[in-house]
This record gives sequence, structure tokens and C-alpha cells, in this order.
Amino acid sequence: MSWIYLGIPYAGTVSVPLYLFRIPAGFPSPAADHVERQISLDELFQIRAPHVYLAQVEGDSMRGAGIHSGDILIIDRGREAQHGEIVVAALNGEPLCKRLYRKHGVVILQSENSAYPPRHVLEGDELAIWGVVRHSVRDHGL
Amino acid sequence: MSWPSGALSATACAIMASEPVYALIDCNSFYASCERVFRPDLAKTPIVVLSNNDGCVIARSYDAKPYVKMGAPWFQIKNTLRRHGIVAFSSNYVLYGDLSQRVMTLIESMVPACEVYSIDECFADLTGLSGDLTQLGREIRSRIMRCTGIPVGVGIARTKTLAKLANHTAKRLQVHTGGVVDLCENYKRDWVLRNTAAGEVWGIGRRLNAHLEQMGIKTASDLALADPATLRARFSVLVEKTARELRGIACLNLEDAQPPKQEICSSRMFGTRLSELEPIRQAVATYTSRAAEKLRAQGSLCKRIRVSIRTGMFNPNEIQHAQGALVELPYPTNDTLLLTRAATEVVGHLFRPGCRYSKAEILLLDLRQPGEYSGDLFAQEQPVASQNLMAVLDSINERYGRGTVRSARVPVAPDWGMKREFLSQSYTTKLDQLWKVACR
Repeated sequence: MSWIYLGIPYAGTVSVPLYLFRIPAGFPSPAADHVERQISLDELFQIRAPHVYLAQVEGDSMRGAGIHSGDILIIDRGREAQHGEIVVAALNGEPLCKRLYRKHGVVILQSENSAYPPRHVLEGDELAIWGVVRHSVRDHGL
Repeated sequence: MSWPSGALSATACAIMASEPVYALIDCNSFYASCERVFRPDLAKTPIVVLSNNDGCVIARSYDAKPYVKMGAPWFQIKNTLRRHGIVAFSSNYVLYGDLSQRVMTLIESMVPACEVYSIDECFADLTGLSGDLTQLGREIRSRIMRCTGIPVGVGIARTKTLAKLANHTAKRLQVHTGGVVDLCENYKRDWVLRNTAAGEVWGIGRRLNAHLEQMGIKTASDLALADPATLRARFSVLVEKTARELRGIACLNLEDAQPPKQEICSSRMFGTRLSELEPIRQAVATYTSRAAEKLRAQGSLCKRIRVSIRTGMFNPNEIQHAQGALVELPYPTNDTLLLTRAATEVVGHLFRPGCRYSKAEILLLDLRQPGEYSGDLFAQEQPVASQNLMAVLDSINERYGRGTVRSARVPVAPDWGMKREFLSQSYTTKLDQLWKVACR
């Protein structure tokens, strides 16, 4: 099964029922009184919230964090990014997904792949933190 | 505004006794700001947004305003745009609608009651809130900015008209005000009234303003001090109310849900001129199903439908032709299929060979709520089967996107469709158009 189970944003909730009983003609289902609310990935990932956005990854510099090319990021814009968090940031106008290092006045955008050196944010660079990555979703290609 | 009826405790009474306070939250250059959200590379590039069919400028970012006039036709200003490095976008209402909904949800979560006034404006009732309202305004502003990237201005005052004026001032004096202006105190209100032209006041149009000027009413302050009885006698009760509101006497409340519309219109220019009947029929079918969707969304039925088509009206070398027809339906209905049949059939009678048509319009008329009409005992009613079919159609289209199930007359990608050469992606509503973020 592929993992693109998020549905079309704003097209209603996609939910997975916990109990699937046909309506019996004879005895009522003994589970009828125990049916719970359905599981909703929309709720889990909060993708209907006004501050949550989706984006798609291009490139493999965050492989070590389990974020691969083509994955869908679930980004929280409502939250102030902290040191050590994975962020989406616009560096000189280009949107990047990196781990944010911010300590003692030093700001670095770190990759999780040895092929990509850390990018020190220097004077003259323009950095805008766009949001914090809360989850990522991968299609395992079935 | 209405407080929940069960909440009439001592505190609620105290709240009701306190003087009203309204806020107007207004997005700055909304369409242009939306286009910037997923284009951080354009943060400092001036932007304009074009009308349907890329006709003329309908929105400008702050930094594009000195170079481009509102309403300027695209073909006339192409070179100006290039010269100043201004980027143009086709209007992307899907994107604007999504971001608007996010902004409004955020506002709703921060104020006791609000009224969404337009796609980019929202009135809020702050009556009875204790604490620093300017500070609340700043919090609303910074929260919306952080969560959506859309800059807003907040105007706070004793009436809706003054709140609108406060908002206008916040925008005009952005640097000094930080985008928030509270005019609840009289001396601030009076300063703004003296320094604002009457024509800038909410509801005072150009023509009205000319009349006011003849009476010596030039500033908002003049209008506030004008004799209400005279204003009502010479103009209307609305102008009188506006003047009272400027004085700080609240005459307008937050509107609750809009009453159902009395007529529904769906009309659009074709992307190209059409001189054959079949594509015009397709367009008419497309606009009709859109109108029927709107009709069902407000829970109404319609008894009449007006269909009209016209050619361009400005080219002297072409035949100019416009014609409409009114169709009486057999019973009040909201059935897309019935409406489409009626509209596409009648347009065949309107069509004249040799004309180059530019626009079609569908108007649903004689709207009513189910049960409201009392036909005689034997009057025909909409069959239950069509009601059920429409309910299924709407639920499928709501879940899987508009047009998933549609009348066979409605093409997916018509060649007469809207021209939108500079359309941005549907970043927030289509999985195959998500924003791309680089890991390099």
C-alpha cells in the first residue's frame, strides 16, 4: 500500500475504520456498543490546521534524518524554530530543508549526509525560517 | 452581535453594558501577498495579479504601486513591467481562497466574535475585552504573519466605520503604527477624522463625495459634524448612519450568516472568441453546473434560468450581438442535469452564425428555500430521485475535487477555457502541485 493516504487537502477527512462490521440481519453486533471514533491521519498530522502546510522534498541531503527525495513534509509554521530542529528555510530566496544549528550567535544549516557540508549563514546571506518539519511521509512504491 | 443565550450571567450583563469596540483586520495587498508565500525568492520583487483571462491588473504589491495603475490592461503595461522587473501572475483563486480560510480561522480563534466581510477582511467584536487592545491587535498581526506569511493591518474603534478608518490609517502610517491603530480615545479619533478626506470613508463613493464637497463637507470630520437629518433628507439613511458612526455611535452590528442570495450568477469571458455553437454549449453547460453548485450550497431551488451570450462590444469591424432568454422550469429545482438541458437548449436559439462570441452568462432566478413555495395541491415538485442524485454528486465532488462527476456536456480542459498564462501552482490544494523544497 502506498502511503499517500493524506487525501486531497480540504477535500474531507480520509479515515480508517477500526471496526468494520456488516449490518447483520439476525443478532446485533456485540461490538456495536464498543465502536470508537475512526482513526484519522488528518487529525494525527493536523493537516487541516491553519498553520500546517505540505511540501515535497527534492534531493537527498537529509537522508540521515530519514527524509528522502520525493517525501512529503508536514510543516508547522505556528512554532518558533529551536536549535536542533529540522526546518524549512529560505536561504537567499531558495527553500531548503535542513537541520537548524543556532547557538552563540552562530547559525548553520546542517545536512544529514556527509556528501553535503554544513552551510554557515553569514553576513550578507538572507535567511528566513519558513516553518518547522513535524513529520515526513514516504511512498514505498508499491 | 449575539452572545450565547445561556450566558446571561452577571458578567455577561456587565459586558453588554460596556461600550462597543470593533476591530477590522485587513490583509495587505492580499493576492500579491499570497503569491509570495511559496515564493520566498520574490520577497522583494514587486508583483501584480491579473484579472480572469489575464485582462488587467486587479492587485499590486506595495512596491509595484508606484509603477502600475489599478485596472491597467495587461497588453498596455507589459513593457513597463519588464522595465521595472515586476512579476505578473494570473489570478489563482484556489490559492487565495485557501490562505484566506487560514487567516479567518486564526482570527476566529483569537476574538470573541467575528464577521468575515470579504476574502481579505474580517470585522471582530472586541466589546468587553479587558486589557490592552493595541497589544491584542499586535498579537493577531504577528500570529497571522507567522502562521500564513500574510501581513495584515488592524484598526480598532467604537464603530465599524471608525474601525475601517483606523485600519486605513494603520496602513497609511505603517511605519509609525506598526500596522495597528486604536481610535477608541476621542482625541485620536478626532485627529484622524480631521486628517482624512470624506471620500476615504467607508461607503462614501466618488459621486456622493462630489455632492458632499458642494455642501462644504471635505474631511471625515466635516461629515461627522454634519446635520444627520439633512444627510438623510438629501442622500439616504445609510449616509446618516455613516456620519453617526464617525461620531462614535454604533449603528452597524456584526452581521450573522449572510441570508441566502436572491439570484445566482455564473459568467465568464471565454479564453478565445467562439463562432460555433458546440463550444458555446459546453461553456454554458460548465457555467450552469457551477451556478447549480452554488444554488445547492445555499440550500435553495430556482424556478427560472436566464441564459445570455454576447460578442465583444468594442471592435467596430465585427458584428456586435447580445441576446438573452428566460426559461421557466417545470418545477423549482436544483438539478444540474435539468438546468443544463434547459440552458444548452435555449442557447441554440440565441446563437447567430457569423458572430464571434466572447462571453456567456447564467443567472438563476426566482430562488426559494424548499417548502417555501406553496404550489397548488397538484403542482409538480422536484422528484426525490434527482435530489438524491445531486446529493451524491456533491459529496463525490467535495471529496475528490470539483468536476470529478459532471454532466457529459462539460469538458475537462476546454480550448475556450480561461487564459491563465502566469498561473502559480495550487500549492495547498493539489498533491501533484505541492511546493518543492530542496535538500541539497
